[in-house]
Amino acid sequence: MTLPLTAPHRTAAVARPDHEDGSGVRFAGVVKAFGAQRVLHGLDLDVAPGELVCLLGPSGCGKSTALRLLAGLEHLDGGRITIAGRDMAGVPTNKRDIGMVFQSYSLFPHLSVARNTAFGLRTRRVPAAEAAERVAAALELVGLAELAQRYPHQLSGGQQQRVALARALVTEPRVLLLDEPLSALDAKVRVQLRDEIRRIQQRLGITTVFVTHDQEEALAISDRVAVMNAGTIEQHGTPEDLYMRPATPFVAEFIGRSSLVPAMVSAGTATVLGRRVPLLGDRVDGPALVFVRPENLELGPEGAPAIVVATSYLGAVRRTQVRTEDGTELVVQHAAAERVETGALVRVQVRPEPVAARDPEA
Amino acid sequence: MNRAIAPARWLRVLVLSLVGALFAVPLVGMAEFTLREGNGHGWGHWADMLHPARPEVYAPLWQGLRNSLVLAVATIAIVMLLVAPTMVLVHLRFPRLRRWMEVVALLPIALPSIALVVGLAPIYLVIGHAFGTGIWSLAFAYGITCLPFAYRALQANLDAVDTRTHAEAARSLGASWGRVLLRVIAPNVRRGLMLAGLISVAVVLGEFTIASLLNRQNMQTALVVVSKIDPFVAVIMSLLSLALVFVLLLVIDRVGRLLTVRSGR
Repeated sequence: MTLPLTAPHRTAAVARPDHEDGSGVRFAGVVKAFGAQRVLHGLDLDVAPGELVCLLGPSGCGKSTALRLLAGLEHLDGGRITIAGRDMAGVPTNKRDIGMVFQSYSLFPHLSVARNTAFGLRTRRVPAAEAAERVAAALELVGLAELAQRYPHQLSGGQQQRVALARALVTEPRVLLLDEPLSALDAKVRVQLRDEIRRIQQRLGITTVFVTHDQEEALAISDRVAVMNAGTIEQHGTPEDLYMRPATPFVAEFIGRSSLVPAMVSAGTATVLGRRVPLLGDRVDGPALVFVRPENLELGPEGAPAIVVATSYLGAVRRTQVRTEDGTELVVQHAAAERVETGALVRVQVRPEPVAARDPEA
Repeated sequence: MNRAIAPARWLRVLVLSLVGALFAVPLVGMAEFTLREGNGHGWGHWADMLHPARPEVYAPLWQGLRNSLVLAVATIAIVMLLVAPTMVLVHLRFPRLRRWMEVVALLPIALPSIALVVGLAPIYLVIGHAFGTGIWSLAFAYGITCLPFAYRALQANLDAVDTRTHAEAARSLGASWGRVLLRVIAPNVRRGLMLAGLISVAVVLGEFTIASLLNRQNMQTALVVVSKIDPFVAVIMSLLSLALVFVLLLVIDRVGRLLTVRSGR
């Protein structure tokens, strides 16, 4: 048996009944504490078979702990975790049929690339000829077939993580777990490997949980993103949902870039910089601060007067920081050709897109 | 080295010569002593060791050597099968116990051998009843005396390798704990394991106090016995044991360098 390199979904080539009926993952009321400190407060999340879900959040929010609980590397203090409908309570890590890629380079230094990749097959007593075939296919998948005889110290960081990915996939696990696998890599390699992971995941149709603190990475790679904060999920949904319709101020602030602008809420709308825009979520009438994306602000003949503080050329667009008369600082994204000088007087207006709001004193 | 603070060449040569002489003079003296024959020098005393007419004189010596080798093997087994897995377990699963483990492991250095024997004597009464009084049982005590050296060698290697991530990666790939230990951890701490083993051999071959006070015969106690009958042979064996330990240390150094180069670290 070889990895289904060309199959759009792995179920065709990996004919295993438990995969056919779906290797979904469910966190139900998951609780975890380290000593007196609770890091997960009743986490609930469903990952559908073949879906890639990102756990996104700042350091210490519990995202890696959730992944380690799913892998069986930490003990659960409450709730349930199921894989393909089976409760994982009491199932040790080596019996969970998972593949995992770690943040730090986890290749075994004493084994060549080929033997590293074959490690999981050897533990499963796969015959040598079949193992060799599957290792070759897995390395081909990550584009490293020609480096099979090298040792980890002879590879770059990006190559090591590709091998780690091949090693995790070669056993055809039910679930692939990725614990910040790109954070040790430089920016260019990170983007390349991110796209490659997504391509491979979609090709194999493998259920994947990806942990990251990088919101750009999460938005780019995921079917759905679960934004975590202080041990709970603030919101989960498609990248578009999170970006366009943040459910909480935390999500609005954490996902993408926003300016906090004073506004007056009234009957489900907010008056921002003199213009009424729809409001996301329910809120009592009165003063509030709203989150406005740079692309939802524009410079023009109308709007609130402001002074240009700084402007940056970003290639296709330009971002300009302005300060209004009441001292509010705003970041406006506009066409690169539209040049403004620092110190110039401009007018800034909000586009009629929905905005999220929070209490002014929060 | 910064040339401004480096000692002058003549001073370096002088210091090295003095230190070299400090070690060489007794060794050369011992070697010269073993070669004395009447008014001249020869290899007669060395040849006597293998002389079939005098086995009763040298029997304790060969017995002591055999016992020491048995003890070396048993002590290495204790270090490899008990100390090393315990350290890996503490390192991976109970890191909070590491400080306590370190204190316990280094304690034998602070205890004089005589104090250790006073404590061990009643314990060996029990061991004698439970396991018999075979020479190998002395390895329990030697396991304790070797502990500080074996601990340092292993801990340094465990700290240098990301054993936790490797173990977790192997577990996620379906490996049992036994396989993790044998196939992942052991090959990556082989340098530490080898150092711990060879240092244990060196300690066991040179140990006298515990064997003597617990009335067991090893190479060092046998040397004392034989020296009263034939002082030449005692000195020859001392020289040979020193040479053996020296060779062991050379092997440690060589193999250590080789493994470092191969692993690319």
